Amino acid sequence: MAHPALAYIAGAYEHPTRDAGGKTLAQLQIEAALGALADAGLSKDDIDGFFCGPDAPGTGPLSIADYMNLNLRHVDTTNTSGSSYLLHVSHAAQAIAAGKCDVALITLAGRPRAEGRGKGGLVRRDDPNQPDFQWEQPFGIQILNVYGMTAMRHMHLYGTTSEQLAWIKVAASHHAQYNERAFSRDLVSVEDVVNSPMVADPLHRLDCCVVTDGGGALIVTRAEIAKSLKRPLVKVIGAGERPQHQQGGYFEITQSGAFWSGKAAFAQAGVSPADIKYVSLYDSFTITVLMQLEDLGFCAKGEGGRFVMDGNLISGVGKLPFNTDGGGLCNNHPGNRGGMTKIIEAVRQVRGEAHPAVQVRNCDLALANGIGGQLGVRHASGTLILERE
Amino acid sequence: MIMTERVFIEPQPTSETQTFWEAAKEGRFFIKRCDACEKAHWYPREHCPFCTSMDTKWVEASGEGVIYSFSIMRRAKPPYVMAYVTLSEGPTMMTNLIECDPVALRIGDPVSVAFVETAEGNALPMFKPKAGAVR
Repeated sequence: MAHPALAYIAGAYEHPTRDAGGKTLAQLQIEAALGALADAGLSKDDIDGFFCGPDAPGTGPLSIADYMNLNLRHVDTTNTSGSSYLLHVSHAAQAIAAGKCDVALITLAGRPRAEGRGKGGLVRRDDPNQPDFQWEQPFGIQILNVYGMTAMRHMHLYGTTSEQLAWIKVAASHHAQYNERAFSRDLVSVEDVVNSPMVADPLHRLDCCVVTDGGGALIVTRAEIAKSLKRPLVKVIGAGERPQHQQGGYFEITQSGAFWSGKAAFAQAGVSPADIKYVSLYDSFTITVLMQLEDLGFCAKGEGGRFVMDGNLISGVGKLPFNTDGGGLCNNHPGNRGGMTKIIEAVRQVRGEAHPAVQVRNCDLALANGIGGQLGVRHASGTLILERE
Repeated sequence: MIMTERVFIEPQPTSETQTFWEAAKEGRFFIKRCDACEKAHWYPREHCPFCTSMDTKWVEASGEGVIYSFSIMRRAKPPYVMAYVTLSEGPTMMTNLIECDPVALRIGDPVSVAFVETAEGNALPMFKPKAGAVR
């Protein structure tokens, strides 16, 4: 099976730190960038397009472009929070196709632990100019409780249970035990998850991702350049994006934007969910994974709870291995933005470079998905389908 | 008005929403309805988010609704119940559930509006289980 390439991911690098200590945000950015360049076999001066999120300090891309001394002809600062980097890959492919750049660098870095934000729920610090501010902030909106409300309604509509959600964390922990860099390598059971303290009903502490420092970077380029390098070829064959919000007060929070971003990506790639060998799914919380599995079409809406049970997401055990690095639930969630690491592990799988204990056999087709912002309020889903050439 | 020890972020009314917050201080719950397409929306805007007409009107709502979803914020001090409530007029709004036994709440339960005063004298539209409801 061979599908037309939108672009190639030639370099991918996950920063090894989980606790940045003395390193600055800018240092994490450049170290991630240099790691991706080294992985690709390219140098700084090959970069002519730069894509970053608001985790890059300064005005848009300008301070970090200056710090890295990049010579650019294309920039993009699309921000959909943690899913930004999936959209960046898609936008980089579009820019390359339009002749606006040849080698795109995408970076992410964050140091919430070093900045003392390693514990406790993330409190949104929104701008009163946001039209939603006065209708949400006074009521104590937090990341935890909006994901909690999504899980609560999913349970109400479909009978999903805490034990079923727990299987998602169990699968992630099975993978994390092989990742020496994982923030948490503890193998956990369903009982461990459901007996961990309830933080925002029905979500327990172990339904939540880790908070880590670090970052990552990607190099996206055109076919001629990718084929001149000495790395396995990973092509992007489908991409989709979809912002989803409250729609004037008439919405269903148990359907995420992944329903639409996934449809677009599958249509562009010309493949279906049954063809996918490995998935990277944004796992800010266990419920986030469940929603993406359903909305991307890996199972019917409402069947996610049954789908994830009994190790179905564990590599070598189940039908659909996911987040074989341990994901955000166990391994790494740098800067509270998990989209980058989702793409990086999907690239490892397609190259055949994941840890041998979790590498999916003949992984020629993988999907990475991100949900950025807040499921249940306003979020954007980004989908990428990657194929080995 | 119900006094509470919780410290709220103040709503910061704008020229677009002043009418709502002034009415709230008097215990009146207003929503916006479009005169052109006749649909009520939440949160209130000058324009209709469906047909884009500027012909929207403040109307006093029934203050009745049902729980759409909720989550108990156990780690907050004091704990509170985050919620979405679907109003009988149609739209679903973000709010809190008060004067309730949080673990006895169920999606679909009927609720009615009750205003809670903030430190600066604003009144937040929250909801409590309806008197006479099963729970």
